[in-house]
Amino acid sequence: MTALLPRRGIAQILALIVILAVDRVVSPQFFDLRLQDGRLFGSLIDVLNRGTPVALLSLGMVLVIATRGIDLSVGAVMAICGAIAASLADSHSLPVVLAAALGAGIVCGLWNGFLVAVLGMQPIVATLILMVAGRGIAQLITEGRIVTFTSPDLVWLGNGAILGVPVPVAIALGMLILTGAVVRGSALGLLIEATGGNARASELAGVGTRAMILAVYVWCGVCAALAGVIAAADIMGADANNAGLWLELDAILAVVIGGTSLFGGRFSLILAVLGALIIQTMNTGILLSGYPPEFNLLVKAVVVLAVLLLQSPKLSGFAGIMARLRRTKS
Amino acid sequence: MTPKALFAASATAALLFALPASAAELTIGFSQIGSESGWRAAETSVSKQEAAKRKVNLKIADAQQKQENQIKAIRSFIAQNVDAIFLAPVVSTGWDSVLKEAKEAKIPVVLLDRDIDPSGKDLYLTAVTSDSVHEGEVAGDWLAKTVGDKACNIVELQGTVGASVAANRKKGFDTAIAKHANLKVVRSQTGDFTRAKGKEVMESFIKAEGGGKTICAVYAHNDDMMVGAIQAMKEAGLKPGKDILTVSIDAVPDIFKAMAAGEANATVELTPNMAGPALDAIAAFKEKGTVPPKWIQTESKLYTAADDPQKIYDSKKGLGY
Repeated sequence: MTALLPRRGIAQILALIVILAVDRVVSPQFFDLRLQDGRLFGSLIDVLNRGTPVALLSLGMVLVIATRGIDLSVGAVMAICGAIAASLADSHSLPVVLAAALGAGIVCGLWNGFLVAVLGMQPIVATLILMVAGRGIAQLITEGRIVTFTSPDLVWLGNGAILGVPVPVAIALGMLILTGAVVRGSALGLLIEATGGNARASELAGVGTRAMILAVYVWCGVCAALAGVIAAADIMGADANNAGLWLELDAILAVVIGGTSLFGGRFSLILAVLGALIIQTMNTGILLSGYPPEFNLLVKAVVVLAVLLLQSPKLSGFAGIMARLRRTKS
Repeated sequence: MTPKALFAASATAALLFALPASAAELTIGFSQIGSESGWRAAETSVSKQEAAKRKVNLKIADAQQKQENQIKAIRSFIAQNVDAIFLAPVVSTGWDSVLKEAKEAKIPVVLLDRDIDPSGKDLYLTAVTSDSVHEGEVAGDWLAKTVGDKACNIVELQGTVGASVAANRKKGFDTAIAKHANLKVVRSQTGDFTRAKGKEVMESFIKAEGGGKTICAVYAHNDDMMVGAIQAMKEAGLKPGKDILTVSIDAVPDIFKAMAAGEANATVELTPNMAGPALDAIAAFKEKGTVPPKWIQTESKLYTAADDPQKIYDSKKGLGY
């Protein structure tokens, strides 16, 4: 467990606790839980449920960033896979629908990985291509409409529950455990970090850096596909114009809040997911607070800044901040 | 239909000689924004239907959300010497020079759905648009009438912050309910005009308002957010349409489906038929020289469960929403 939750997680856990406390103040019933139609119901469940897409995206994103890459296309991949799932949902069985959507995610990941690992393109440019084109592809699939479906199997993926826990949350938890087991249970995580730390040196040391990079983009595509299917299942329809819109930025933010450096080399899965939860706890709190919507983005920016300052090694702790202030004043 | 005949049918010719140029001979170029939303797609298909009804040859150019494509399309319509140009402007500025070219070629331009900035008012014949403040008023009036004297706490799902439609629909609704002290908007948040955000925001409204027990009605600036909100209410064990009244704007097919199932109460139509009134105005202008008013307001019709929602759903679903 120590490998999954390093000491540097303290800042994030603290931030989450503080934001939860603020949520409790703005909304006294924040921690209330009850069962509704066999499904847990309450603001806390909303945080987990609504945080699922970004948490899933951050699981893939953190690995990509660990190799010193970035994937801007995840929001568009969500839209593509959601559109595919919704178009097939009423005519095919759930396994076929899932296979098609995840297959599309894998193809998108292979494309990004090919551009970065084989053609040597800069990740930000390589994935920008699919970010722009992908939404167009999704719109082609849906013909610009919101494709709705009624298939109870797919709807269950978005709105069902396993022992009271919403299915999306269970899926995200499962993916966290699976990803953690694969990358930390083997040397894979180390090899990914080595690739991000110094690709040339790792290659000379015998690490298959190309394969590593290809693999992380594919995994990122799979995570985005799952997030897309869940987002479509949630609203019983695929909205190609809006599904996953700007979520790539939230996913990158979650990874950064989780303490992973954009320069690659070191990563933490669990803290990236914690980062996603911090973002969503804040979002839900803002919605519950009753502030006018014009404040949403401002509040979010201030909180993110505070969390990042908390992590900054140069500004760690209140004493450090005060000492710096005093120094700048004199 | 020869091109010569079309050239002759310019506005001045019609005015000077009062030629009985029947609508059957008209060719009209329509620069459409693109397929940015389902409503836009429906507007395109309704425009085709309305043109076919009047035997007008309608040429549609899809600009893919780009102004430069629209300007190119208008120039090509001018070169083809069409009888009139319909323009659904993607932005409100930057049209002066191309509209001047159309004016010099004596081709009347009709704006559809959106207006352009005030400096260009003399550059087009008329604008056919909906009044989004009025849409909000219609929604508010319906709610006030339905609720009567009972106290009613309303939650509002706003459109995207900064969008003029959202601001107008809010303004109209607020004006309508201001006359009734028993109606009060207790919570208002943006749902970005999308289903997913509408659902998320409604979930939090329900939690914040005692599990939804103190909410009497939901007002959403568009139907898509309402469809999301209806799902949120159902998942919270509430009965939308009964426990909580719903009123929203746009009249997209899916809200009629919800209405037919008794889960939605009312919607105000933003009609996709902007081309119909525009075609009538052009026909009158060409035949009799009647100059239409600068602004033709489309009807903001209210639909409720009493209007056979299933039938409306069936008639609307093929339009491309």
